[in-house]
Amino acid sequence: MSIDIKTAAHVAKLARIRVEEKDLPALASEFNTILGFIEQLNEVDVDGVEPMVSVTPMRLKRRVDEVTDGNQQAKILSNAPDAREGFFAVPKVVE
Amino acid sequence: MGDLNKLTIGAARDKLRARDITSVELTQACLGAIEGASALNAFVHNTSEIALERAGAADQRLAKDDAPGMCGIPIGIKDLFCTKGVASQAGSAILNGFKPEYESTVTQNLIDAGSVMLGKLNMDEFAMGSSNETSTYGNVVNPWRRGDDTADLTPGGSSGGSASAVAADLCLAATGTDTGGSIRQPAAFTGITGIKPTYGRCSRWGVVAFASSLDQAGPMTKDVRDGAIMLGAMCGHDPKDSTSADIAVPDFEAALTGDIKGKKIGIPKEYHMEGIPGEIEDLWADGVAMMKDAGAQIVDISLPHTKYALPAYYVIAPAEASSNLARYDGVRYGHRAKLAAGEGITEMYEKTRAEGFGHEVQRRVMIGTYVLSAGFYDAYYNRARRVRALIKKDFEDVFAAGVDAILTPATPSAAFGLGEMNDADPVQMYLNDVFTVTVNLAGLPAVSVPAGLDKQGLPLGLQLIGRPWEEGDLLNAAYRLEQAAGFVSKPAKWW
Repeated sequence: MSIDIKTAAHVAKLARIRVEEKDLPALASEFNTILGFIEQLNEVDVDGVEPMVSVTPMRLKRRVDEVTDGNQQAKILSNAPDAREGFFAVPKVVE
Repeated sequence: MGDLNKLTIGAARDKLRARDITSVELTQACLGAIEGASALNAFVHNTSEIALERAGAADQRLAKDDAPGMCGIPIGIKDLFCTKGVASQAGSAILNGFKPEYESTVTQNLIDAGSVMLGKLNMDEFAMGSSNETSTYGNVVNPWRRGDDTADLTPGGSSGGSASAVAADLCLAATGTDTGGSIRQPAAFTGITGIKPTYGRCSRWGVVAFASSLDQAGPMTKDVRDGAIMLGAMCGHDPKDSTSADIAVPDFEAALTGDIKGKKIGIPKEYHMEGIPGEIEDLWADGVAMMKDAGAQIVDISLPHTKYALPAYYVIAPAEASSNLARYDGVRYGHRAKLAAGEGITEMYEKTRAEGFGHEVQRRVMIGTYVLSAGFYDAYYNRARRVRALIKKDFEDVFAAGVDAILTPATPSAAFGLGEMNDADPVQMYLNDVFTVTVNLAGLPAVSVPAGLDKQGLPLGLQLIGRPWEEGDLLNAAYRLEQAAGFVSKPAKWW
């Protein structure tokens, strides 16, 4: 499977990373090197093998669905690049 | 009282308890060593005020005679761990200025045990790298050099700052994290001990996530005993991490008897790889002889899917990274790009991530995005997860056949020069993890022990892989290997 420039641009878009037009050919080529390496996986017979979902066979812990923490608006906003009136501020989303 | 910074944890603990030294003296010795070692670029955020305050408190606790082993021990913390009120950037520009309002569970455990944080340690950006050349803070330099050659070498990665700092005696020990070999490879490159515990042994809470099903924190120390002491302080069940194991933490240090008579040590034939230097093969053969001399039973084993571990890893780790790193969007923390007139929220995301993420991180996020995208999810991601199940089964089969531990080289080479891999394609760099990555995929504990020097005078490490949750037995085997190898070399100080 080979990645062309159009696919590389699409992947960059999906990943929300801006890639300049001039950098796309090099990116596509890097993708192809890595994917070429990954292609080896096609040699493995995986018939009847379930995809691993848990590294160690353990049942994930559950807890009661109740509030255990909260009331820390100032702490939550303390690292925000732009916070106003108790909210995260972002560019206008809806016209 | 000079050179206190050169002590091991074990020796310092005994001197602290005997009142021969104080934690403040020990901490000041380390702070002095750090100040004189800026050429290594290992410590990137110094916290000397916090350190002296905690050292003072540790001395008071030691005076009451009930202090745990880590009490008063000065350590470095990898920048991947969130530390309250102290910069925690995962080596990335996208987290510029980020100061967490909370403390990771592992570092909190270390605080509770009385240890003293000296500062934050450099690392590959988001732990993605094997040479510590992807950090926003710049490269870390290995204190070891090739004989009289003054060329700067890599300390390995991603825990390169931790490795360099411990090897250069800037701290008694350091935390690391290991997703594909990021504790063991740098430990091997710098002549120190690195432990990657069983998946679930250390809480991941508050550790900046790279690939959640592979990430584990562990200690990087001057010897195996120190690793046992520090690991005991780091791990334990944590309700805040649902994959944290709710099982008792044994006394790892008590397991270090050095007696491995009758233990079955497996030697996997698939780890004899093409292109591996003769020196590595020789070191491995020496290690086998040492274990045999110690009374262990050496058995040849097969781990048939070894070859597919790296390709499976380079699907699974980027896939999980693309998901984990989606949170860096310029809204809640860290860097936000400046927008031009007319640009909206999508441009904000795209520019922020292009400016904030380095090249390797961008590449991995995009590979992960691709293998998870519609139409490729089954062909890449699900296939990799199936192969992962087979890799894990390879290990389960040999353990079921009675093997206690597996001995392999830790790395396919000694430390290489900074910049030497610049022109190589990314896959060449990924090959650094060829002996270590299987362990993360299978969730097993493993330890890298320095075992010798190559022709150029650089350290080489051997790796022991253990059964899940049996770190005590594993460390005992490592302890025996350490005794037999008798590795005592230190880098000559040039910095």
